[in-house]
Amino acid sequence: MNKTKITRTMKQIVIRNGRLIDPLHGTDTVADLFIAEGKIAGIGAAPAGFVAEDAIDATGLVVTTGLVDLAARLREPGFEYKATLESEMAAAVAGGVTSICCPPDTDPPLDKPGLVTMLRQRAKNHDLARLYPVGALTVGLNGRQITEMAQLREAGCVAFSQGDVPIADLQVLYRAMQYAANFGFALRLRPEEASLVNDGVAHDGEYASRLGLTGIPVVAETIAIAQITQLMRATGCRVHLARVSSGAGVALVREAKQHGLPLTCDVDINHVHLADVDIGYFNSQYRFDPPLRGVRDRDAIVAGLIDGTIDAICSDHSPVDDDGKLLPFAEAERGATGLELLLPLTLAWAERAGVSLPQALAKVSSTPAAMVGFEASLSIGARADLTVFDPDASWRVTTDALKSQGKNTPFLGYELKGRVRHTLVKGKRVFDA
Amino acid sequence: MYNPQLNAQGELVHLLTTEGLPRRILTQILDRAGEFMAEVDAGNKKFPTLAGRSVFNLFFENSTRTRTTFEIAAKRLSADVTSLNIQASSTAKGETLLDTIHNLEAMGADLFVVRHAQSGAAHLIAQHVKPGIAVVNAGDGRHAHPTQALLDMYTIRHYKGDFTNLRVAIVGDILHSRVARSQIHALSTLGCPEIRVIAPKTLLPTGIESLGVHVYHDMAEGLADVDVVAMLRLQNERMSGAYLPSTQEFFKHYGLTEEKLGYAKPDAIVMHPGPMNRGVEIDSAVADGERAVILPQVTFGIAVRMAVMEIVANNQQQAR
Repeated sequence: MNKTKITRTMKQIVIRNGRLIDPLHGTDTVADLFIAEGKIAGIGAAPAGFVAEDAIDATGLVVTTGLVDLAARLREPGFEYKATLESEMAAAVAGGVTSICCPPDTDPPLDKPGLVTMLRQRAKNHDLARLYPVGALTVGLNGRQITEMAQLREAGCVAFSQGDVPIADLQVLYRAMQYAANFGFALRLRPEEASLVNDGVAHDGEYASRLGLTGIPVVAETIAIAQITQLMRATGCRVHLARVSSGAGVALVREAKQHGLPLTCDVDINHVHLADVDIGYFNSQYRFDPPLRGVRDRDAIVAGLIDGTIDAICSDHSPVDDDGKLLPFAEAERGATGLELLLPLTLAWAERAGVSLPQALAKVSSTPAAMVGFEASLSIGARADLTVFDPDASWRVTTDALKSQGKNTPFLGYELKGRVRHTLVKGKRVFDA
Repeated sequence: MYNPQLNAQGELVHLLTTEGLPRRILTQILDRAGEFMAEVDAGNKKFPTLAGRSVFNLFFENSTRTRTTFEIAAKRLSADVTSLNIQASSTAKGETLLDTIHNLEAMGADLFVVRHAQSGAAHLIAQHVKPGIAVVNAGDGRHAHPTQALLDMYTIRHYKGDFTNLRVAIVGDILHSRVARSQIHALSTLGCPEIRVIAPKTLLPTGIESLGVHVYHDMAEGLADVDVVAMLRLQNERMSGAYLPSTQEFFKHYGLTEEKLGYAKPDAIVMHPGPMNRGVEIDSAVADGERAVILPQVTFGIAVRMAVMEIVANNQQQAR
């Protein structure tokens, strides 16, 4: 990278009088913040020789590290009719998300170094959020042949995953974990035993029974977690569990962590707020994989976030067009748009659960950043990926208000607090409301 | 919760499920069906109620009996009836469910009778049809089969007079049964004090007790002193595999025989939604016995469907 060239195009920016929240260090103070050469150059007092070429007045606003989303589907390559890199990158920065991990379940899947290089280059051309691809764990996500993980890592993959396609053959998973452990790579696995999902579409509980929807039992998750933790013990592989959904699953993760396994996990923001009973009369906006589980499961997720069992919250951003949703519940496409809702819904959770802003924001910035492999903090020398938001500004979630090409979410029509005013990536303003 | 079957005045504009329907509406349907039965008995089989209106029977899933009884019911109400078997035609060509509905709307449909393999399909259609068009659910996935349940209620009332001192047992594949779910909701609303379900654990939905039923796994216990035995059909695809080992074993433990029926009250009636699997869920001696009311159910079914179509069409008409 040509550093001198970058330096020349970068403005020195001062963000004045903002409430600086550093989730990594848990600090919350009002001060000026100075940016130079894409990095934080000063806090409180300007560094020597600083000349502000640009200023942001952040009076009454929160200034914090940019959000890091561990799972956002951008639909490129292969599903451009649903969304494009450009539309979703714009949605990300509008939502204060400065770094995105994209799962490998594109078409073709991210199973070749060339594809990863191309995707990263295309993302770089848009020059909005940073993109961290997650490579495919098996070729074509076929669950049989492991990928060239080391070469994928060189091409920029930060972890390896099967997306939502679990590996049925434990022999393959075992070997894949050994191979990844050999290089010190982390796997991101969604804990789900496919044979227990079968044709299930909703949490196997009273509500699904009432609606006559085929249930996905909690054991589909707990059995997978048990298998994965056993294989971790056998292989030493680091694993991050993607989108744990059940109270029993959270309990298993807690236990594994207590035993010192190198296990981390996340939950998607929808599962922090919603439960199976919200499906109402077959509302396909509530069709998720894993399914929305019972109210007690949701409460266990909230408790797991507070006690640290659950490390991070992701958006699980999945742009789905209306054609994908205007179908009977079981046939409807799963998922919801989320990049622009991650911040306000995290704030809503924090308020309801009585969690401090630094602690809540850590779940969507500094902690996932550490999993990706960088430090997100408000300290001198840290990357100037910043989100400036008004925590008290309310806005209504409408299709017009969303920049993402995916307009479908259960939160359409909701009034949410927390509006992003400015987003900076590498010290550059990439979004201003 | 908002009830998509009712309009702002609380009148029935679609029939999607028996769940959440007030007793007043259930009774209105049963009473009206009774009037139609009396007319038919008096030799009057044609009524002008739906003259000039178009009823579309949309069967995305195979059915002979339900489709035929709906056809007859609509014809007796003087409607123009078109029946479509859709699994063979448009959805195979990539047309979505709502595309099909909007096309038929453009052909002037007034009332859709819909059967679909997916739970919630009728709700989806009711949410997206133009104002003034009624939707009657003729079975959606495992969710609901409200006209079947209503004709069962009609049958029970016909033979037993009242619901408030009855013990009813529903027997068989509860897990996959839309009939069972609709019966349970209707029975509880009509005041039945004791609803039992009898099935092996593999054929019971999780948390079915939350619907207010008592669960039994043994026929002798479950049938003890019941007034009504509602049998369910066992679908072919459940007869072997992980749900059940064989039809013989199922019949031995859960098939309704004269011997097992002996646990019920002497005047208990036996219902079945049809088509029956003789020797699987029911023994021929019972099916053809004097306590079986299976054929009268079919007759009542036409009257009940006439009542339902008349009520929803009239309530929609007023809304126009």
